[in-house]
Formats: sequence, C-alpha cells, structure tokens
Amino acid sequence: MKKTLLVFALTAFAVVGAHADDTLAKIKASGSISLGVRDSSALSYTLGNDKYVGFHTEMAERIIGDLSKQVGKKLDIKYTLVTSQNRIPLVQNGTVDLECGSTTNNAARQKDVDFAYTTYVEVVRIAVRANSGIKSIKDLNGRTVATTTGTTSVQTLRKNERAQGIDFKEVYGKDHADSFLLLESGRADAFVMDGSILAANISRAKNPADFKIVGEELSVEPIACMVRKDDPAFLKAVDDSIARQIKDGSLPKLYHKWFEEPIPPANRSLNMPATDATKAAWANPNNKPMEDYAKK
Amino acid sequence: MSSWDWAVYCRDTVSGEQVAGCFAAAPDQTYLQWMLHAWGWTVTVSLGALLVALVFGSVVGVLRTLPNKPWLVRLGDAWVELFRNIPLLVQIFIWYYVVPAIFPVTQNVPPTLLVVVGLGLFTSARIAEQLRSGIQALPRGQRYAGMALGLTTPQYYRFVLLPMAYRIIMPPLTSESMNIFKNSAVAFTVSIPELTQFYYQAGEETARQVEIYLGVLALYILSALVVNRVMVVIERRLRVPGFIATGGAGGH
Repeated sequence: MKKTLLVFALTAFAVVGAHADDTLAKIKASGSISLGVRDSSALSYTLGNDKYVGFHTEMAERIIGDLSKQVGKKLDIKYTLVTSQNRIPLVQNGTVDLECGSTTNNAARQKDVDFAYTTYVEVVRIAVRANSGIKSIKDLNGRTVATTTGTTSVQTLRKNERAQGIDFKEVYGKDHADSFLLLESGRADAFVMDGSILAANISRAKNPADFKIVGEELSVEPIACMVRKDDPAFLKAVDDSIARQIKDGSLPKLYHKWFEEPIPPANRSLNMPATDATKAAWANPNNKPMEDYAKK
Repeated sequence: MSSWDWAVYCRDTVSGEQVAGCFAAAPDQTYLQWMLHAWGWTVTVSLGALLVALVFGSVVGVLRTLPNKPWLVRLGDAWVELFRNIPLLVQIFIWYYVVPAIFPVTQNVPPTLLVVVGLGLFTSARIAEQLRSGIQALPRGQRYAGMALGLTTPQYYRFVLLPMAYRIIMPPLTSESMNIFKNSAVAFTVSIPELTQFYYQAGEETARQVEIYLGVLALYILSALVVNRVMVVIERRLRVPGFIATGGAGGH
C-alpha cells in the first residue's frame, strides 16, 4: 500500500517535470496565456471575485498586450493564483506561462526558472508597533520576531541573528496576513519582511498609525517576472516589452499609480516613492540575481 | 526533473555549505538537524494532544451513556456536537487568536499548549463517540448484572463496562491515534515549527522541494506506523479469548 503510494507520488513528480519548450508557439496556438498572480503581495493582489490588481499585475497585462501584437492575435489572460510554495513548480510544468508577483531573483531559483528584467528592488525591513521603542535590529535581542514561512526573509533573519550575535525567538506565520496578525495581536514584537509588503499590510490595518517601519535594510532583493527556463525567445519578448515600458516612461507612471496614490481596496496610499535601487534597475535593465546586489 | 540531490540535508542552514558528517556543531545547524528538530515538535504536539483526547474523550464518552442523568448526557452530547462540527482549522484559530483576545489571562499561555488543547479536544469528541458506541455495543445485561451485584455506578463502569468497551474500540482508537499525527500539521498555521512548516520553508530555501518532501513524508509514515504497531501490540496483549473475533490484526 505504502509502496504504491510512493510510486504514485514519484510518477506525479515526473509528470510535473515534463514541460513544453516554446511558450510563444503555445500561446499563439491556444490564443490564451496563463498569468501567475498573488493574493496578498504589495505588487500583485486580489480584490476578491477573481479580480487581480497591483503594480506587477498591471505591468504584466501590458506585457501581454505587447505579446499579443507579436503573435498577431489578441491573447486571452487566464489569471492563476500562485503561492510562494507552488509558483516555481507551476511555471516549470507549464500551468503558468508568466509569473509577475513578488518573486525574488536569486541564484538558487535561476537553476529552475529564468527571470525577466528586474522591475522592482525590494529591501527587507522591520515593522514594529509604534510604541514598542524598537529602532534597529539590535533592539530585537530577546524579543519575538515574526516572518512568513516560504520567503527569503527567514534566511535573512537567521543570517543577521548569527552575524550580529543577537538572540531572538522566531515565529513563522503561514502567510503575510498571518504574520501581521502575529504583530498586531502582540504575539510578536516585530515583523521582518519586504518593505512593500509591510507598507501594504500597515495601510490595511485598523489603525495604520499604530505601526511603523524601522531599522536598517537587512537585505536587498531584485523582484522580477518569472518564465520557464531555456525559452530565450519568450524571455526576450517579455524583456523587450519591459524595456519599452521603461523607455516610454509608462512603467514609472505605473509605479506612481500603485505606490504613491490611493489604491484599492482601502483607498489608502502606500507612500513609497521609488527607491534609488529601483530607479537604478530601470535605468540599466538587467536580470542579476540577489547575490550580485550583496557584493556591493 | 533533474537528478536527486540528497546531500541537501547535509547543508548548513545559514551558509548553504555542505557539512561533513551531516551534523553541525551548535549554533550551526544542517537541514537534517532542523528536520529532526521539527519532527520533535510534531511528536510532542501529537502525543500531548492524544493524552488530552483520551482523558476528555473517556470522560465525555462515559457521560453520554449514564442512566438517569439526562443533563449530564446532554452535556456530553453538546460537547461532541460542538467539537465535531467546527472544522479543526477554525478551532485552532479560535484557541490561538480569539480566546486570548476575550480572556487576557490566556495571552501568556505557550502556543504549543493551546494547539495541544485544541487538537486534543477536537479528537476527544471523536473518541467520546467511539467509546459511547463501544459501551452501547455491550449486551444490556452486563450493566444490569453489575447493578444486581450491588456495584455503584462508578464501580460497574470501572469493573464491568469500560474494560470490555475499550477492547471493542481498539481498532478505531488506532485510527484516531494515527489521525492525530496527521492532523498535527495544522499546528503549522499557528507558528509551531513542526514538519509541515519545515517542508514549506526548507523546500523554498534549498529549491530541492522533492527531496525535502520525501524526507518529511518518510517521517510522517514512520510516526504513523510506530503508533499503529504499538496499538496492535496493546490490542493483542489485552485480548480476552473468545470475546472478540481474533481474525483482525488491527492494521490499516
């Protein structure tokens, strides 16, 4: 019985491993493209009722507009909700053709997928309750720190803990909303995560003034759209569209719309002007992994 | 998919470098050490919850079969309906977020204890139901025989009904004990760093989802199998010759 199960599981993984190679031909033939989106990231989130919005979601819709021109027919967008855990397998097995959520481009992932040009550079920061008196990572000694399972922040936190010789208790939320709830309910003193995610969660809190983002930049991470590995034609088509959007100024405008103006659902602004790192990525389009940023 | 990379378990969790012998000295940790640590959490939560479930399940199961005590029977019924009809995940969230908000004293209770209680009480409703059916499966004459001998209600439950009822329900009790190990994965949702949490996090960090998944799977199977074997041994030891058919081995 157990042996059968194991064989079944292995077969399932083998099937997952198989994938089509030419995405452009595939989307042309089917007339539709599967776009991977997220439910509660700052760059890509849902308003419910299968409506997906956000900076990266809208940027992806424009990329698909350009792809439509390239394949010569209007592509139907199929929105596919992905999570931190399943996004890479889903891109690999062909369920998702283009994933534009909040995926960090790092060397480990580059073995499994290809990344388009970096369109947003994320910095990992610390969110705390405004009255907690925590100002930097050193103040976290002896405190409880929340972060989200399945993100790079967990490793960042562990590295900082070791390097700075401080000791804190880690608790892992199952998703960002859960981690923020840990902070809000007092089960954690701090929430370490991507700055944009912290800002988005704080803006959605009952009383945003109760929270603030403090401390040094714990890690700098390039965020980019993800495509299947070894499909240079499709990658180039996506990259060309991003380069076009940067060149004609529509991408910075789109950034302004999603980060500096009131956005749904709460109609509050994230108040996050583009950082120098993000602007540098636009000025010089590249798909360097996170490891290259750390060297600087 | 690309070839297997089982050496992933010997990597250091901070530097990502291979550690000779697979066990790093503190404070360093390899993924193997992390997984065993996570397994420890799974076992702790499961065994703790099993203990809570057996104690409360037994009491409530007995309450539901008491003669001439309609209010105690109703209390037992309400207990079972309450804990059986609310999804486990919702119950865990209520214990973790809602109870501390209503009763501030519970704020300092360790999360592990809340999960053990939550999972234990959920399972207690199922065990109570099984024990009730076990007691009711006995011929009514047994109860009357106990009464006729002049035993008090606690006495005839203790010496006549329960010893036989527990023997009858050993097979479903085995399933329930194995279920509790599998259900313990909900502890992940309230930040207990157990096996499922390890799978999500380590898989993400190492990008070797399949190897990590199979390792975690093996530990779950091993845990459930050990529980199964222990229960089978207990069942054999306690068997009363001629009372229950001796054909079934109690396995699944």
